[in-house]
Amino acid sequence: MKFLKFLFVGIFFGIVLVKSEAISWFRIYEMFRFQSFHMYGIIGTAIATGVLFLQFSKKLNWQTLEGKSILVPKKDKGIVRYLVGGSIFGLGWGLIGACPGPIYIMVGAGYMSFIIVLIAAILGTFIYGLLRDKLPH
Amino acid sequence: MEIIMNSWPWYVTGPLIATVMALLLYFGKTFGMSSNLRTFCAIGGAGKYADFFKINWKDYKWSLAVVLGAAIGGYLAVNVITNNQPIDLNPKAVAELEQLGFSNAGKDLLPSELFASDVMFEPKNLILLIIGGLLVGFGTRYAGGCTSGHAITGLSSLQLPSLIAVIGFFAGGLIMVNILLPLIFGA
Repeated sequence: MKFLKFLFVGIFFGIVLVKSEAISWFRIYEMFRFQSFHMYGIIGTAIATGVLFLQFSKKLNWQTLEGKSILVPKKDKGIVRYLVGGSIFGLGWGLIGACPGPIYIMVGAGYMSFIIVLIAAILGTFIYGLLRDKLPH
Repeated sequence: MEIIMNSWPWYVTGPLIATVMALLLYFGKTFGMSSNLRTFCAIGGAGKYADFFKINWKDYKWSLAVVLGAAIGGYLAVNVITNNQPIDLNPKAVAELEQLGFSNAGKDLLPSELFASDVMFEPKNLILLIIGGLLVGFGTRYAGGCTSGHAITGLSSLQLPSLIAVIGFFAGGLIMVNILLPLIFGA
């Protein structure tokens, strides 16, 4: 039962991303061709709302359900992994028009080709795990 | 009802995506979709091959519940909460895509020439789907996050590593769409 709230957040997330059209390959194409404001509007207002939420939660000391401070984990310092890893992800994002969240959503929506994409993405993460110690971070 | 069934404008969906992040933080968790790929590896026994996967996947059941929900939400939004209206794309994009051989721009969520079930096993499409998935899976883990973890959560919390990662996301995306896609699909 304790997972029910997470299931509902997921359902909400899936619906929002489809209704926003952010899961559309065509919208991603438009974004990277600078032909539409749509995706920039979504990402921009999401970040602006997120900044406001986190600033308020800090100032007003909002707490989690378990009574702790709301905390966002700090990302490790570094440049190479973010720039190189980010670019590699970006190449995939541009090609298949989906980041990880939308991959699960598209599988659920019944686009069978995304099962192939999902398996390949899991394999990609596995390859990263194997090479991790040899890669610059 | 009409408003719900139509597509939702960006100024509504952007804040709603931030709400997902806020809810997960309120539940004491974080918003990160690509981490689940690592969890799937751990479930499959990848811990035998690399320490990176020696995690107790049961700690991430909550996140798998989010993933399952996202898939259900995707099903509902595509099949139930819809009036099947086309996507209002820039006509320039539609014309360009037609040149690249994609005839259904905006009429479906995806170009059927690449993703439709009856063509997805054609060698070229299969290779592209696999390469795309590999790049996403490898790149997100190398970068330590994807659009949800870096672009939304990381930038909302004003973290420099996430800004660098998002610059990378766009560098890769711009190269793919502007340089490589015309080479892959062009005549």
